Amino acid sequence: MYNEPLSDPSLIGCPHCDLLQRLPQLPPGASARCPRCNEELWRHKQDALNRTVALSLGAAILYLVANSVPMLGLTIVGRSASTTVIGGAEHLWQEGPRLVAALVMLTAVIAPALQIGFMLAIAFGAHQERPRRWVGILLRFYPTTRVWSMIEVMMLGVLVALVKIADYATVIPGLALFVLGALIFLLAAMQANFDARDVWNRIEWARDGTHLSSENAQMVGQEN
Amino acid sequence: MAAPTAMHQGMQSCGVCGLLSRPSLEPGVRRCPRCDEILSFRKPNSIQRTWAFLLAAAVCYVPANVLPVLTTTTATGSESDTIMQGVVLLWSPSGWPLSIIVLVASILIPSAKIIALAYLLVSVQRNSLANNERRLRLYRTVEFIGRWSMVDVFVDTFTAALIQLQPLMSVEPGPGLFFFAAVVVLTMLAVESFDPRLIWDATSAQEVGYG
Repeated sequence: MYNEPLSDPSLIGCPHCDLLQRLPQLPPGASARCPRCNEELWRHKQDALNRTVALSLGAAILYLVANSVPMLGLTIVGRSASTTVIGGAEHLWQEGPRLVAALVMLTAVIAPALQIGFMLAIAFGAHQERPRRWVGILLRFYPTTRVWSMIEVMMLGVLVALVKIADYATVIPGLALFVLGALIFLLAAMQANFDARDVWNRIEWARDGTHLSSENAQMVGQEN
Repeated sequence: MAAPTAMHQGMQSCGVCGLLSRPSLEPGVRRCPRCDEILSFRKPNSIQRTWAFLLAAAVCYVPANVLPVLTTTTATGSESDTIMQGVVLLWSPSGWPLSIIVLVASILIPSAKIIALAYLLVSVQRNSLANNERRLRLYRTVEFIGRWSMVDVFVDTFTAALIQLQPLMSVEPGPGLFFFAAVVVLTMLAVESFDPRLIWDATSAQEVGYG
């Protein structure tokens, strides 16, 4: 059963302290914070959609490269070995705890792919004046993909492993290592330029016909 | 009447899209009219669920630190290292910064996270009115840094994947790795189930006069 929306769409509850407040109209580039707990409620991003599309396209390309070339290699007394990101998870799947292998796969490969793919689709879909329902569905699950996408953490782990291994053998940093380094910055930029609130404000509602018309708004308004 | 929160005004704030809406009087599952998310005033059973994840994480924390995470086999024999032994092994004139990174990410962050969340839960259960801002900042910090404890999982994964030079030398993951990964995931789930709005609820209730 759907809740009744309020007549005034600028009223919000702070997500961190539930303080009821009115979100002011912001010029692009400005942000609003909760007066009680200082949570950033909204940052109105400039030219958000075009930048998001560009950055997520770039991220998608880097992601594909990073996962198709070796990340780390070593040579020791004439023998050599190398591994890709997926290769690391695969080895763990065969030798170690499978759940951990699945976790590595999720955080280093699957979640980043979903994060980039979702963002790309959302940014394309949101170019319409009234984005369709599927954009909202992706946008709803986007934060979860972001929480579990840990490329920057993996990068630090790989660097530590590299130094560790350097004690025994000559390590060869692979191309993927540099590409991943660039990808981390692109992902951060992609995230920083995206304006979720702007998309939610324009999106097609889950409950049909609740596009707050002026009549409808008055009715709800009287209820208060 | 002073009514500081959306809850006191009978409004539900959507955790997904941020829309504020009013539930009807009829019983049933409430949904956000904009994004279809299931709504409630606070995350359901937030305190119980957070405690459950937190206790599970604390239980796994012991084997994670006692059992070996890596076993190195060379021609002369094999040797198993726990996380702490890994930190000590990394300590060298050139490697000490990495040693500190692993120490902070694998030992300090998980234990600090467990303690911080336990403190937040207890303070909420006691309807604490003090240090609201500082407690919320603590929650945000825990939320932000938690993911970095995954570092050791990646270190061990890629070390083991690369050093496969039988019979010269090979490295295999140990049983501690599973428990360590479990600690990271369980504490992340605990952070996710905790509703930060609970921190302010005691203060809000008093301001409106229910306290």
